[in-house]
Amino acid sequence: MPPSELLSWQQLPLGGVVEPDIALRPLTGSYRTGLKPEADVEKCVDCLLCWVYCPDSAVQLDGTSFGGIDLEHCKGCEICAEVCPTGAIEMVAE
Amino acid sequence: MKARLLTGGEAVAWAMCQIDPDVVPVYPITPQTPIIQHFAKHVADGEARTEVVNVESEHSAMSAAIGSALAGARTITATSSQGLALMSEVVYIAAAMRAPIVVAVGNRALSGPINIHCDHSDSMLVRDSGVIQLFVEDAQEAYDTMLLAVRLSERMLLPVFVCQDGFTITHAAEPVRTIGRRRVQEWVGDYEIPFALLDTAHPTSQGPFAMPDYYFELRHQQVAAMDFALPAIEELGVELAEITGRRYGLVDAYRLDDADCAFVCLGSTAGTVKDAVDELRDQGRAVGVLRIRSFRPFPEDAIRAALAGVSEAIVLDRADAPGARGPLYTELAAALYGSDIALRGHVYGLGGRELHPQDVHDIFAGRYDRFVGLRSESCLA
Repeated sequence: MPPSELLSWQQLPLGGVVEPDIALRPLTGSYRTGLKPEADVEKCVDCLLCWVYCPDSAVQLDGTSFGGIDLEHCKGCEICAEVCPTGAIEMVAE
Repeated sequence: MKARLLTGGEAVAWAMCQIDPDVVPVYPITPQTPIIQHFAKHVADGEARTEVVNVESEHSAMSAAIGSALAGARTITATSSQGLALMSEVVYIAAAMRAPIVVAVGNRALSGPINIHCDHSDSMLVRDSGVIQLFVEDAQEAYDTMLLAVRLSERMLLPVFVCQDGFTITHAAEPVRTIGRRRVQEWVGDYEIPFALLDTAHPTSQGPFAMPDYYFELRHQQVAAMDFALPAIEELGVELAEITGRRYGLVDAYRLDDADCAFVCLGSTAGTVKDAVDELRDQGRAVGVLRIRSFRPFPEDAIRAALAGVSEAIVLDRADAPGARGPLYTELAAALYGSDIALRGHVYGLGGRELHPQDVHDIFAGRYDRFVGLRSESCLA
């Protein structure tokens, strides 16, 4: 984060208390490995194992269906591709 | 308001009973033991509804205190000496997490050699932890300060340590005037903190990791809180005095108005020094006492104002700092830097060694070097 966006001691919550959704702010996808997941929705059976396993909560939901991948927070760990039972997620070079 | 014959430990336990905190996680240690012993009896007798948690160590006591205070429960604990040392890692975290916890301390020397009697080395161990430290002179002040500490702690969102001298105060009985339970309850009010962990409608994560880009800022919040605590101690002291009739500020000035020389000290020793000062006054010596009640925050402005008229200050430290000067002396030297006041520093009373009025006369007359009453070969001649 550039220094101009860092908060002062007065702006920070007392004691560094972290309020909900604050983890969305750092765009962790900016340091992805170089591979990104691509989903073939024709093969997807909406089992949502990728959503369960994603360590960065980057798999999005559309109701109770697979809703795509948030590339602003995906770090390219490949776990979703690994756990997908139908091979619907493929890692491709950026 | 009736006077009861209470030890400092009993007075604090009675204040705790009247405050009726939600949780008291505690581990016994001499000379804090009478505090928790008497408080546990009040709870067992149904006089307080507190959940007393008999934890396995002081480290756990402070850890549990942080959890309950931040969950949304009014929390008090108590300790001494090695217990405070074992607790110290978590004391820093309590301050950083802005947990309003009141801690009654029975001051006792740190090991080693192991000792159970009074000095201030235990409190000095956590002087830079970010907690407020109020040193009291007698059992009455210990009772009153526990009441004040609840409001101060919850206003500043900081732990407040109420430090009373082990045995000299904790175990010595004196008349203590208490106020009624209803007035105590009105004074403390409901426990409210901005981010209660059990407030599930407003979830938060607490105790975060901070990298170099945020550690300095979060730590500085504690520096700022200490600055804000200075007027808060005075304001709450005035407010509490309206109920009790007894007013305490940041410092306690005794016969200083026309004094040329001031003794500066903490805790129960001030009582002895005041008696000796009365005798010196009878001999025509212009001398007074400045007792520092708030050691953290250290009230530099109040000290400079109180000592404005003196030409010499004699600082009495009941803790030593091998390789440096005593902690009170160094603080006072920093506060008075640039003034014309000559400073003398003495270390006394370690491990519970008594300071008698004659010692105060001998200090005043310059018959002691830095270490009051220390036996050493050069002094035996």
